[in-house]
Amino acid sequence: MSNKEAHWTKTRNHMWVTLAIWFFFSIVIFMFGESVNQGSFLGYPLAYYMSAQGSLLAFVILIFWFANKQEKIDDEHGYGGEREDD
Amino acid sequence: MFKGGFIQNLPKIYGLYTGGFIVFILLMAILESAGVSAANIGIMFVAFTVCIYALIGYLSRTIQVDAYYVAGRQVPTVFNGMATAADWMSGASFVAMAGGIYFGGYTYMAFLVGWTGGYVLVSTLLAPYLRKFGCYTVPDFIGTRYGGTLPRFCATLVLVLASFTYVTAQINATGTIASRALQIPFELGVWVGLISILLCSMLGGMRAVTWTQVAQYIVLIIAYLIPIFWMGNKLGNIFPHLMLGDEVQRLAALEAEYGLIKNSAADIKSAGVPGGLKYISNPHSAVPAGGMAVWKYLSLAICMMVGTASLPHILMRYFTTPSVKSARKSVAWSLFFIFLLYFSAPMLATLSKLQLMDPNLPTAIIGKSIAEVQGIPWVQNWMAVKQVFIADFNGDGILQLNEWFMRGDVVVLATPEVAGLPYVISGLVAAGGMAAAMSTADGLVLAISNCLSHDIYYKIIDPKADVRKRLIVARVLLVVIGALGAYIASMRLTGILGAVAWAFDFAMSGLFFPLVLGVWWKRANTAGAVAGILGGLTAGTAYLIYVGPKFMANTPWLGIDHLRFGIIGASVSLVAMVVVSLMTKEPSAATQKMVDDVRVPSGRAILGKQH
Repeated sequence: MSNKEAHWTKTRNHMWVTLAIWFFFSIVIFMFGESVNQGSFLGYPLAYYMSAQGSLLAFVILIFWFANKQEKIDDEHGYGGEREDD
Repeated sequence: MFKGGFIQNLPKIYGLYTGGFIVFILLMAILESAGVSAANIGIMFVAFTVCIYALIGYLSRTIQVDAYYVAGRQVPTVFNGMATAADWMSGASFVAMAGGIYFGGYTYMAFLVGWTGGYVLVSTLLAPYLRKFGCYTVPDFIGTRYGGTLPRFCATLVLVLASFTYVTAQINATGTIASRALQIPFELGVWVGLISILLCSMLGGMRAVTWTQVAQYIVLIIAYLIPIFWMGNKLGNIFPHLMLGDEVQRLAALEAEYGLIKNSAADIKSAGVPGGLKYISNPHSAVPAGGMAVWKYLSLAICMMVGTASLPHILMRYFTTPSVKSARKSVAWSLFFIFLLYFSAPMLATLSKLQLMDPNLPTAIIGKSIAEVQGIPWVQNWMAVKQVFIADFNGDGILQLNEWFMRGDVVVLATPEVAGLPYVISGLVAAGGMAAAMSTADGLVLAISNCLSHDIYYKIIDPKADVRKRLIVARVLLVVIGALGAYIASMRLTGILGAVAWAFDFAMSGLFFPLVLGVWWKRANTAGAVAGILGGLTAGTAYLIYVGPKFMANTPWLGIDHLRFGIIGASVSLVAMVVVSLMTKEPSAATQKMVDDVRVPSGRAILGKQH
């Protein structure tokens, strides 16, 4: 497998992992909204909290993590150049 | 100052700007205590900030194509994040969202999840690849990846439809705010708003819009957060976002005490409630029972997420970063800056609801006598402009929860007044709302005119046009599109939010799968892309006409109403694209090689610097 293919395989897997976490915070939690809301966090009902703040915060952290990890993958395969079109 | 070292000096420049803005707020507070009237303070707030944006727009003027279309591809990560956040957060986010949560409760908050979760799709599936491509506009990518004039033309069609639906709502919002703050008629306010928008974008295109959007973000976030923290502190919560758990539970208890009564349509009609006004009938934090409620929540969130990842005026912001790496990071910063406002909106809704409902607070009105409530100055002000209404359904002279009608926008615009904050805060909020609506309108008008001038005029009509001619066409189109938007807005056709959701649905119907599969599926070809774009757009639009309350108003299928028609459009688009692609020849070796190159984050962009 060429370097290019290996890089793409890793990139693709990283994308799927990221989207799986995204799916959990955007869909799965709210599929069970009624039971999740029985729990509580900081005094807020849990599903309310996730919809108002929790999932939003999870997305912010997720995208930073995604970008950092993808940069590492790029560096490993020698694609980490900063500027490309001067 | 704007030569050479400008990019390096950005933190300093915007730091000074922020400091200057805070000094301006303090100055206004001093003027207020010296007896300057509330109306004059409002005028000064809006006029001063708009002048600053216009100045930035003038200083960023340019005669270069890549500065005009993609800000010279040198916008640093964090600043692009701020600009995207301003681009993204519209008048609807700023003015209407807290009001939506106020009336809709948990169900409405699907918008929050949708409008943030979409950025995960942007960063994983699209932004870095589109940046690597080096295109000027979104149809530029479609046109080059799939080849030929037809896909480019179809993509332009979707872009114009989605963005134009959105931009009239934004110009409408600038008009509303300008007319209220400057005390002029709405029809005139719309044109004042349009001129402010054009001042920011006409001379400098994307470069000017970028730097004004950063300035607008700073104003809007200050304007949104100050009232929340101020009100929170009045109730004894130093950091309201973490400390309103008790307040949310208190609201649930008050709802149980007062009862969430649904008024009949006949009652509302006979009482003469003005259009667009709502009353509280949904629980604030309780999750409604049943599978249909879950599906309604999820389907709305999905539409908003997928729509986010297809909206051209957002995607094009990531064309302005210096590299693929910074495009990716920039998505993260965008979401962070958006998050600051979005996680505050539910807190604002909670605080302002409590102010009105909790009998222990001096500001409460529910449960008081109607004569007394009608004597409160802010109630009188907002009643006079038909934004607030009281209907004594049971005739007992006491204000019940279901007898208090209010327009959603009032939650943001009137809360400082309701909570007894000084007027300077209301002026600040007006300036923030203006910044939010202007920045989005700017991005949208620019997206449409750039696309028409680059993809239609330069790529299809006159490929030999020189730089000067291209930029003149781009600017003329900018003015024409803006004027058209303002003209339609001045006719007041739709409410702010209905139209905003439609833009997402149009974009996801026609663009999401052609864009994503263009990067992730090598087998996707020209015929497939055309089928995907046109099939999705046609199916989505037909369904909208079928269920739209203003059109045929049929019963929605599986609860997919006019806010969610993108579900139909995007599904059809996916199926059409895959089936037609597989039925026709696979793309040429050159195209497949191009897709391989897009997937490599470093190296030259696919399209040249000047194309």
